[in-house]
Amino acid sequence: MPDVQPLVSEFVLKLKRRKVEGSHAVARQTAELLRSVVSQHRMGSTNQAAALADAIRSVGEQLISANPIELAVGNIVRRVLHIIKEEDISSTAVGIEGLSVTVDSDDEYDSGNDDHPTLSAAVLASHARNALRAPSLQTLLDDIPVSTALSRSASSTGDSDGKTAGDKSLKTRKLKHDVIAAIGDLIEEIDTCYDQISEQAVELIHQNEVILTLGRSRTVKEFLYAAKEKKRSFRVFVAEGSPRYQGHVLAKELVEKGVQTTVITDSAIFAMISRVNMVIVGAHAIMANGGVIAPVGMNMVALAAQKHAVPFVVVAGSHKLCPLYPHNPEVLLNELKSPSDLLDFGEFSNCMNFSTQDGTPLLNVVNPTFDYVPPKLVSLFVTDTGGHSPSYMYRLISEYYSADDLVVQRKSTS
Amino acid sequence: MDLRRPPRSTSGGVEPKIRQVGFVTPDVSAPTEPAAVGAAPAPQSGTAVGSPTASDLAPGSLSPVMIPPPLHADHLSPDSPSPAASDAILASSAPQPSSMRFDAASELGEDDSRSLAPSAGELEANKGDLAGDSASIPQKQKTSKAERRAIQEAQRAAKAAAKEAGLSGKSTGAASGANPAISKQAKLAKTSQKKDVPHAASTVGSEKKISERLPERDRKKDAPHPRMQFDDVHRVEKAKKRAIVNQSEARNRVELFRHLPQYVHGTQLPDLESKFFQLEPIHPSVYKVGLQYLSGEVSGGNGRCIAMLLAFREAIKDYSTPPNKTLSRDLTAKISSYVSFFIECRPLSISMGNAIRFLKNRIAKLPLTLSESETKVSLQTDIERFINEKIVVADQVIVSHAITKVRDDDVLLTYGSSSVVEMILNYAHELGRKFRVIVVDSRPKLEGQGLLRRLVAKGINCTYTHINAVSYIMHEVTRVFLGASSILSNGTVYSRVGTASVAMVAHAFGIPVLVCCEAYKFHERVQLDSICANELGDPDVISKVPGRADLGHLKNWADNENLQLLNLMYDATPSDYVSMIITDYGMLPPTSVPVIVREYRKEHLWV
Repeated sequence: MPDVQPLVSEFVLKLKRRKVEGSHAVARQTAELLRSVVSQHRMGSTNQAAALADAIRSVGEQLISANPIELAVGNIVRRVLHIIKEEDISSTAVGIEGLSVTVDSDDEYDSGNDDHPTLSAAVLASHARNALRAPSLQTLLDDIPVSTALSRSASSTGDSDGKTAGDKSLKTRKLKHDVIAAIGDLIEEIDTCYDQISEQAVELIHQNEVILTLGRSRTVKEFLYAAKEKKRSFRVFVAEGSPRYQGHVLAKELVEKGVQTTVITDSAIFAMISRVNMVIVGAHAIMANGGVIAPVGMNMVALAAQKHAVPFVVVAGSHKLCPLYPHNPEVLLNELKSPSDLLDFGEFSNCMNFSTQDGTPLLNVVNPTFDYVPPKLVSLFVTDTGGHSPSYMYRLISEYYSADDLVVQRKSTS
Repeated sequence: MDLRRPPRSTSGGVEPKIRQVGFVTPDVSAPTEPAAVGAAPAPQSGTAVGSPTASDLAPGSLSPVMIPPPLHADHLSPDSPSPAASDAILASSAPQPSSMRFDAASELGEDDSRSLAPSAGELEANKGDLAGDSASIPQKQKTSKAERRAIQEAQRAAKAAAKEAGLSGKSTGAASGANPAISKQAKLAKTSQKKDVPHAASTVGSEKKISERLPERDRKKDAPHPRMQFDDVHRVEKAKKRAIVNQSEARNRVELFRHLPQYVHGTQLPDLESKFFQLEPIHPSVYKVGLQYLSGEVSGGNGRCIAMLLAFREAIKDYSTPPNKTLSRDLTAKISSYVSFFIECRPLSISMGNAIRFLKNRIAKLPLTLSESETKVSLQTDIERFINEKIVVADQVIVSHAITKVRDDDVLLTYGSSSVVEMILNYAHELGRKFRVIVVDSRPKLEGQGLLRRLVAKGINCTYTHINAVSYIMHEVTRVFLGASSILSNGTVYSRVGTASVAMVAHAFGIPVLVCCEAYKFHERVQLDSICANELGDPDVISKVPGRADLGHLKNWADNENLQLLNLMYDATPSDYVSMIITDYGMLPPTSVPVIVREYRKEHLWV
């Protein structure tokens, strides 16, 4: 644990100073950091999973509080906790039945079998069958004899439990190994989310489309590239997305690929949207109710799209899905940046001297970073698991997160 | 028929009213008017009706909801001698040739706050005028298109004046008797100047028939005449040949906007500046104003209109009629050439278009017997009066109406920089109301910064943000005040690009949107979206972000044929986003705009 503390502190500092920004980069670095934490964690003899989870929680608490707006951090921490829980459940389940076959980790199947040569092939096969088959009346009826057979073998293993300390160390190593492998999968998933999302581009974009987007999202860029690869003809209106003006960068990138692009100002969005077929945008985070935290200006675009009955499509990787429900997200999940993006200090310095009797300044500048788009304005979410409607997003949470991880806090203190 | 139902004619209040289109002047004073005003705004804006706002206004002025009835001859006390005189003249002129009545009606139709009362001598002068006009009619083919239009305008104005005079419940039967005659006669005026007049004694009830009988031709002429579409190659070529300003068309044009002109900026200004002393046909003050438009120094509907009218006033002052030409035709041609010059510098705003129509109308209606200097003086005073009444005083009236909508602890949001909204905010601050202002701004013009600076200098508490943050800031806002470049006949507000987004977000949050616009900017055109009619600005300003040198991604945008930059100047806000329009005619819902355009356009906007 002490080896990993400087790494954690360094990352916390980067988050606090906003040196690392953007959900993809943050998610990746968080996952890598947590993998190092797990690998350097000294596993105790009892209650390993709980201890491991606790270690992750303490690190996660620090990371989340460093930048609470960056929801990807919390997402990854909760994913890792869920992984630990899952790996633990499957390994203890196997332990009872005398097998170390886990449902989730496909890679570990072979090594698992090697560790327990004592069990018969028949029991192995039946358990495998049970694990892989979908529940049906047949399996329910089949379960009864198999489980009794397994319990017999389990009791036999249980007796033999005490005799092999080696067994236990194997299990310990196994859990850590499994968790690290699963986190590796997670990192790969984060990296390859663009490919899986882009595969769906051909289904959504056909010929002679006019697409509108705001600012610059890497997911949207890859999405449009994929459609262009498949020789679909479309034009793109890119709104520049002040105050960062990332729309200019996206326009340049699209033009290099030969896409007909027009750059418009944000004020012209309502004017142009009557001629647009589809709005495709990226998101910063997707909340459990299907609402979207997106770069500022997105709510205006979503309202305009609704008024003109234009589909509003949000493309996002699954690492952006957050299990929290938003409350007052414009204020609580938002960040106000420096006014210098909007007003030049030099030009307006004379205005800063005026003040009322109570000393409050006469001039305030508001420069929020994010905008909240309510779920009713979103037509479709395109994620690496496919296309979903906003009302479905909460179901995906149970796949990735467990319910008691919503508040990331050290359990041992409470 | 149900016999138990009481017969209609007996009991009170069940009388079927003959619906009077337009405004009816009763004998009593205006504030009891509302019931009879057929097109008065329905009390949808409950606050407007419910608020007893008379206390805020000067005593004797109208309560804001009510559209004032048309100023009429027998209605205005300061000019009491003139109505009496005109009535007497009319009565005596009944048996006389209807040409006189035609002129008298046109006199009546004009704004009676004129100090010149129609004298008998002037009437004769008018008769001479008409004779002169009829003499000129056989030479129709010689008159240029502008002059023909001027003549038609005059005839239309006279006809509408006659209709208006007929619609108002005038007490003098003779005058009303003369009116249907006049209107019918005016109908025939275009075809021939025949003087046969069926003299029907009409009552108020026959007004409806008069309005129905307005010929189909005339109604079609009322439709705004279509503007130049720039995707028509021949017309563009012709226009280029006549052009003074050398403009090269921009590269990388957006397909959707092929029908609008787009030129490469940056080359015109130095070229024009060098030609300043050589440009004979263009008057120097007109030239100067054109340069100001091109450079962007003068912007905003009111500002541009006033600058143009003052330039015209100077031009008229220095004008002298060339020999063998009539003043009105030549002057109209000159004004048209100036207008073409302005268009080349920057496409006309709707306020400017309306002002030009007014001026041409005035020139066309000039009596021929005035000397040249008198004509010029009269035109100059007309221009000054237009500016004063339609812009300056109108703004004051708007401010007095709008101030009732600013309460203590209000948070007002405004977009860009509108002169009227700024006046409202300043006045509210002077009155001591406690409120704060949120100024929303956008690229590329960043007009809000100027407004911000001026408001903070006055001591008003301001918040500044950009248009993307409008959703964030809207939950604090209580009222939204917006300016407009024009309001079209279907209630669409045509104003600076971005206004539609602000109005939409405000509507989504349930916040009232108040648009402040002088009535002279209303137009009979209709528009559904922002694409069909707009103005394209310089696309280069989009690629350059001032103060951010790192954003040079689009530096050589013109080299790539796949990349286009679009800089729209205006957009159209649908009428359902607008809660109320505040004009000098009162506070109206957007559905009342075509009423104002139709009823007030002919007589009262054209002084």
